[in-house]
Amino acid sequence: MYSVADLKKGLKLTLDGAPYVVIAFEFSKPGKGQALYRTKMRNMITGVILDRTYRSGETFEPARLEERQMQYLYKEDTHYTFMDNQTFEQVQMGEDAVGEAKNFMIDNLPVDILIYGEKAIGVTLPNFVNLRVVQTDPWVKGDTSGSDSKPATLETGYVLRVPPFIEEGELIVVDTRSGDYSTRVKG
Amino acid sequence: MAANWNLALKREALMARARITQEIRRFFIEGGYLEVETPLRIPAPAPESHIEPLPSNGWFLHTSPEICMKRMVAAGYDRTFQLCHCWRAGERGQLHVPEFTMLEWYRAGTDYCGLMDECEALVRSVAEGVGSGGMLRFRGADITLSSPWQRISVREAFLQHGRTSMEEALQRDIFDEVMVELIEPQLGMSRPTFIYDYPASRGALARLKESDPTVAERFELYIGGVELANAFSELTDPQEQRSRFESEAAYRAAQGRTPFPLPEKFLQELAAMPPSAGIALGVDRLVMVLLDAAAIDEVVAFTPEDL
Repeated sequence: MYSVADLKKGLKLTLDGAPYVVIAFEFSKPGKGQALYRTKMRNMITGVILDRTYRSGETFEPARLEERQMQYLYKEDTHYTFMDNQTFEQVQMGEDAVGEAKNFMIDNLPVDILIYGEKAIGVTLPNFVNLRVVQTDPWVKGDTSGSDSKPATLETGYVLRVPPFIEEGELIVVDTRSGDYSTRVKG
Repeated sequence: MAANWNLALKREALMARARITQEIRRFFIEGGYLEVETPLRIPAPAPESHIEPLPSNGWFLHTSPEICMKRMVAAGYDRTFQLCHCWRAGERGQLHVPEFTMLEWYRAGTDYCGLMDECEALVRSVAEGVGSGGMLRFRGADITLSSPWQRISVREAFLQHGRTSMEEALQRDIFDEVMVELIEPQLGMSRPTFIYDYPASRGALARLKESDPTVAERFELYIGGVELANAFSELTDPQEQRSRFESEAAYRAAQGRTPFPLPEKFLQELAAMPPSAGIALGVDRLVMVLLDAAAIDEVVAFTPEDL
């Protein structure tokens, strides 16, 4: 059972019998009023998006989903293909279901695939993934302030801010929950 | 190279923040206000239904400096301001950290309308002082700070944006939901908005309006949909204040939460308090609005998660 304190982006819960994933979450407290927990949730089967506001004390059933360990194989058109590590069975998932995870998926990445009935409906990534920087401007020597950042494009096409000392071709660790640079891969 | 790169990245925001607090001090000192410091740890907070203090060795960390600052007004300090940290348990979000910075000021001989004017002058003066000028860009909206700022009653705001009346929202117990979902996002989008005259039940320390006692003389300031400040004409009737505190205490007890001792010295001294008005403004949020920051995390050196 989850409480409102557990609500965050990515939480999967059951609503009216269907599995939903929280895609946006905000804590609100109108002046002198009570705490309200505003969420935007996506039905993991139909893709329908709901806005729901909850009060303190409300509780939620976790989504009843089977999770299977797979690896990401490749993308074709708008479909992503994954393979079950045990049975070698392959499953496909559309762009909507993959969501922001696509920014961090490289070939052979181990992931957890959520299954509802027979259908793959979601992907859970490792919290940290190593990704290669394919484009970023060189560091201007002499800048020792350490307080600026620059954009970098990763091999997945995702763009994020990195410290100025990161060079093109370098591997960095990205936190997949926030999408932020975490550290460089010491090599 | 800094080991904590995310903290190092906040340098510009933290420098702007320091300038903002300097401008706040300058505004009040030039206006004849006395800067005061009152204890952060107190035996009894003002009981409020939806604000939860953090216990501290038998007492509490204050949730705002209001009790002590009002005792100062009652003792003849007619213009005071304070910049201090306050604590509210369980509040964390894009606009909330449980330990935050409050600016609170009190002025004898005025009411909430007088404070709207002064609040407007303060924000404009601070924005000018830090070089933001008369226009702000916040969350994609262009907001002018030039006079006059919008003033709308809570009742009007419900009819205009809330798809229901204030009375019906109260009766159906959806006042806060309508406020958060429908009204707040519309407030202060092209110029700052004062929304005033809250239901009497929602201003535990506010004076009721003489011409309409169903509402309290209370206002909030919004800029870009963000609530920045809360103010009221102070209630100075000790009997009335005691009975309001008792009903807040009963509400807490009904929810199974620990009751607080009543702030007895405050209640005793309240009778000497002249007509006055007080206001609390969230400094972190003012910095957010002036810097166009998406989250409070960007304008504080450390969030609880960083510690």
